[in-house]
Amino acid sequence: MSRILNHPIFGKINDRKQVSFQFDGKTYEAYENETIAAALLANDVRKLRVHEDSGTPRGFYCNIGHCMECRVTVNGQSNTRACLTVVQQDMVVESGKLLPNIIRRMVEEQ
Amino acid sequence: MSDVIIIGAGPAGLAGAIACAENGLRVTVVDEFIKPGGRLLGQLHQEPSGDWWNGIKEAERLHQNAMNLSVDIRCGVSVYNLEKCSQNWNVHTSIGTLTAPFVLIATGAAEYPVPVPGWTLPGVMSIGAAQVMTNVHRVQVGKKGIIIGANILAFAILNELQLAGINVERIVLPEKNPNSQKAGEPEEVLKSLLHASHLAPSPLLRFGSKFMKKDWIRKMGINFYPKNGIKINGTPLQLRKAALEVIGKDQVEGVRIADTDANGKVIPGTEKIYEADFVCIAGGLYPLAELAAVTGCPFHYVPELGGHVPSHSETMETPLDGLFVAGNITGIESGKIAMAQGITAGLSIAKHAGKGKNNINNKLQQAVQNIRTVRQNAAIQFNPDIDRGRSKMKQIWEDQHNNNNQTQEKIG
Repeated sequence: MSRILNHPIFGKINDRKQVSFQFDGKTYEAYENETIAAALLANDVRKLRVHEDSGTPRGFYCNIGHCMECRVTVNGQSNTRACLTVVQQDMVVESGKLLPNIIRRMVEEQ
Repeated sequence: MSDVIIIGAGPAGLAGAIACAENGLRVTVVDEFIKPGGRLLGQLHQEPSGDWWNGIKEAERLHQNAMNLSVDIRCGVSVYNLEKCSQNWNVHTSIGTLTAPFVLIATGAAEYPVPVPGWTLPGVMSIGAAQVMTNVHRVQVGKKGIIIGANILAFAILNELQLAGINVERIVLPEKNPNSQKAGEPEEVLKSLLHASHLAPSPLLRFGSKFMKKDWIRKMGINFYPKNGIKINGTPLQLRKAALEVIGKDQVEGVRIADTDANGKVIPGTEKIYEADFVCIAGGLYPLAELAAVTGCPFHYVPELGGHVPSHSETMETPLDGLFVAGNITGIESGKIAMAQGITAGLSIAKHAGKGKNNINNKLQQAVQNIRTVRQNAAIQFNPDIDRGRSKMKQIWEDQHNNNNQTQEKIG
């Protein structure tokens, strides 16, 4: 999605410094002081993770830290909220992945 | 060490911080978000005077005032527990434990989710999320959107999305079920919208109110409500259509929608898929009160205030020594009310801390009165019965306070 650079009341945005970061191995551009969720959406990336058990896709939902739907791994730290984390230069972000379901495997092996 | 820790840097928290600091208290404010302002940050609407209420500017003003008074504001800090230890409160945060004799919880509100099949798809978001993305981050949430849920908050944010050039194709209701409750009943929704306009023919809802002021709509009721809806600044409000499912593979591709009868029952054979790349769910707001709950503070269920609220007095004290609340945690109202409550809480804390000298009682009473004045002058109420809700809480507090005094006298 594109950015809203002109706004009838808020005015124009210009001269923002750009930083680059990685998401799942690919390099993206973000603006300085922008959250991971906003930067990725601006780059047309809505899917931030898959559900740990079902594998179904997830994106941000509440955008202000309440719902935990946008959890990603940031510089190795898992379960970090993309909507509250500001992008830093060379930050490495990984989407949330499918995890082994130990209980299900135990049931299946019985 | 600080004298006061304030949780939440929104209108209530910042106003509270300023009032505390003006009375000589050392204040630390913590907030999870990347910058101070809370939900002021997204707000943008035209006042009855024609002036714009720009929440970002209000937030900047409060932030600057607080900074000038040397308030320590920490953003990006999460609070996960709160406990009393002898005379002090320990506030456990993502940057360690902070300690102070006084705590003000000003955590605001959260949005009621309305689960609709397919709502976990990327591209489905709360209406507030779209507001923040649009007005704070200035990133388009999509090219073609559908709002599910028709309430005051949805209209206010629809207006903001339209201002930013975001295309919202339609507003429909959630399918009537135990989750959606009254939000899925066209008659109830129309009634609540008309009720709101009756109390406040509001410029905040400039587009909505045009619709609501039409007398013929009141008279004909929901039975003759046009199937294709009535346009609100170009976006049809379709009270007789319900969202059955959000569809898409890796992200939102559309919404399966059906016509409904006046009670919200789906009319078979009317289902149709409408294309969309984003969906906003508007379920309304409730007080975000978990941190008050972990302290053991008693709660009361007051529907007019938005749900369960921590017990509190008009001067924003809770029954727990040193614990205060302000803003939407006490009931869902506007940011202006939150500020007025924040000032009251700050003065209340100053009084308990022995600051402010002789005129502190007067100031506190004026601040309480100011909350009422701001409420009376409000252009719109999230809940038209807010006064009744506030009276209920006041009565509960006074009853308990009097009982406690009597018990103490008996024991004494």
